[in-house]
Amino acid sequence: MTDVLTPVLTDNWDADRAWTLSSYESRGGYAALRTALTMSPDDVIAAVKDSGLRGRGGAGFPTGMKWSFIPQDNPNPKYLVVNADESEPGTCKDIPLMMASPHTLVEGVIISSFAIRANKAFIYVRGEVLHVVRRLQRAVQEAYLAGHLGSNIHGSGYDLDLVVHAGAGAYICGEETALLDSLEGRRGQPRLRPPFPAVAGLYASPTVINNVESIASVPSIIANGADWFSSMGTEKSKGYGIFSLSGHVNKPGQYEAPLGITLRQLIDLAGGMRNGHQLKFWTPGGSSTPLLNSEHLDVPLDFEAVGEAGSMLGTRALQIFDETTCVVRAVLRWTEFYKHESCGKCTPCREGTWWLTQTLARLEKGQGSEEDLELLLDQCDNILGRAFCALGDGATSPITSSIKYFRADYLAHLEQGGCPFDPMASTVFAVEGASA
Amino acid sequence: MIDSQTRAELEEIAARYPQKRSGLLPMLHLVQSVEGQITPAGIETCAEILDISAAEVSGVATFYTMYKRRPVGDYHVGVCTNTLCAIMGGDLIFERLKDHLDVGNDETTDDGKVTLEHVECNAACDYAPVVMVNWEFMDNQTPESAAQLVDDLRAGKEVTSTRGPRIVTWREAERVLAGFPDDLADDGPAAGPASLVGLQIARQNGWTAPGVSTGSTTGQREDDQ
Repeated sequence: MTDVLTPVLTDNWDADRAWTLSSYESRGGYAALRTALTMSPDDVIAAVKDSGLRGRGGAGFPTGMKWSFIPQDNPNPKYLVVNADESEPGTCKDIPLMMASPHTLVEGVIISSFAIRANKAFIYVRGEVLHVVRRLQRAVQEAYLAGHLGSNIHGSGYDLDLVVHAGAGAYICGEETALLDSLEGRRGQPRLRPPFPAVAGLYASPTVINNVESIASVPSIIANGADWFSSMGTEKSKGYGIFSLSGHVNKPGQYEAPLGITLRQLIDLAGGMRNGHQLKFWTPGGSSTPLLNSEHLDVPLDFEAVGEAGSMLGTRALQIFDETTCVVRAVLRWTEFYKHESCGKCTPCREGTWWLTQTLARLEKGQGSEEDLELLLDQCDNILGRAFCALGDGATSPITSSIKYFRADYLAHLEQGGCPFDPMASTVFAVEGASA
Repeated sequence: MIDSQTRAELEEIAARYPQKRSGLLPMLHLVQSVEGQITPAGIETCAEILDISAAEVSGVATFYTMYKRRPVGDYHVGVCTNTLCAIMGGDLIFERLKDHLDVGNDETTDDGKVTLEHVECNAACDYAPVVMVNWEFMDNQTPESAAQLVDDLRAGKEVTSTRGPRIVTWREAERVLAGFPDDLADDGPAAGPASLVGLQIARQNGWTAPGVSTGSTTGQREDDQ
């Protein structure tokens, strides 16, 4: 029986100067790299495939399979690009990982690049996290000096250069093809697929793009074996993952557990909902994953079960809201975010997110009518599945799911001619009986 | 006016990449560190180095929110008002700071010290409500602590990130983002308190990954266990 929490990626975060090479190596760091360099690249790919690791950036595509799509007979250079553009509202796992233990990621990058035969790799990190950029820069510098990067790594004949590349503030660049355009020095706008990045990615060359946590999981798989990894988790969602609890729980933070843990278990670990309050709604994996409510406390948090419950596991970004929260205000704010972040390439998303915002803002002010709910659903229907990437789809998730579960909240705004909730009551500094 | 040293550094950035245009985003960060904003001279220089048109560079500079077309103060104060932080108090913090500093969104105080902006989710939701100063974390803020924070910044007092080093100026921060490190990587903790709550519970209960000793970096099994 696996333990409730299984720290692997987070296990050295409490170490003294955990971000340094000496700390990382004193706990066995870079041993997996030396093991991998004695293997054939195909065997490394096979190990990751056999482990059942699925992408930790939200979509859950099998990582080893993604790697095997790289056409090795393509004469162009191969590239590995790490998606460290963590920007999905609620998602806050990769940033603390890179701050505390950047070498876990760097070691994963080297092993993964070796597997796909890339000699150049990039970490595309969002620009708005200065200290994380510093820690990555330092880790890469240390890895070069130790011979983990550069030419003829540890006498293997394998060469790898790694560049830390800071973005400049655009949620859309977390979408992998927009990230590639951005890394090519362009506006970050998604590309039409096919061709997929595995065939024509960065500089139209074969490219693997993986999330930070996916790549950071690779050293543990090489060190302990595919069977070890797949002994954790559920039938089709193997391994461990970081679950990020935020909002109205007593102890928000990072909880690393096998996939399949439930929100009830996690809230219990987090000391329960803040005192005297009850769960109202939550996102399983960021704002683009449809809202769930207290009926879903026992849904196993894996790709399949959350899907069956009508949402998506996403990035395990559990934003938890209690009964003091106005769902209309929450959804309007997310919608304003999608409007701001829509790259403008596809009409349904560019125009649709503006219409959604206007309709929602009217409802939030207690204006409009019940028919506006049908209008919103119709607008969502005209966005979902009609754009190049998933941003527009994500924008519809909070709206359709909130109308499904919290229609009464919307109607209360119309009945009262405004928001019936006190915005002070939901804050962390709320004082009993005070109001904003 | 872009001097020869800056031009050389811009060329150095472009040379990091297999195709030099890939350097444009960090190059624009460097322009900001030197010019205090994106300027026509900076755009022209980037365009010359990359052999693309100034219009293409402008198209990129206007796409990303971190690039500013108006002068930014010494301290860019970003209040997260995405849903989670907003609900937890970010909206009230932003209102308080607008009132306290007497500026609107994306405006700078008369002394040129503080530029206030509301920002989107900055991946620190477990520390909500969050304020960023020059893209360093100021975790778990209240309207009072945020007002004190901007007062300290304007008074020239040294301010330290809750999970990082002393706050450098916006221009100095932009230079790091351009890929020129400032040697502050070793300052600050490995992790803030919220990042460690799950790990601490696991430690208290003796929970580990299967067959793994506590505290190994890649979860390596220990033979002697």
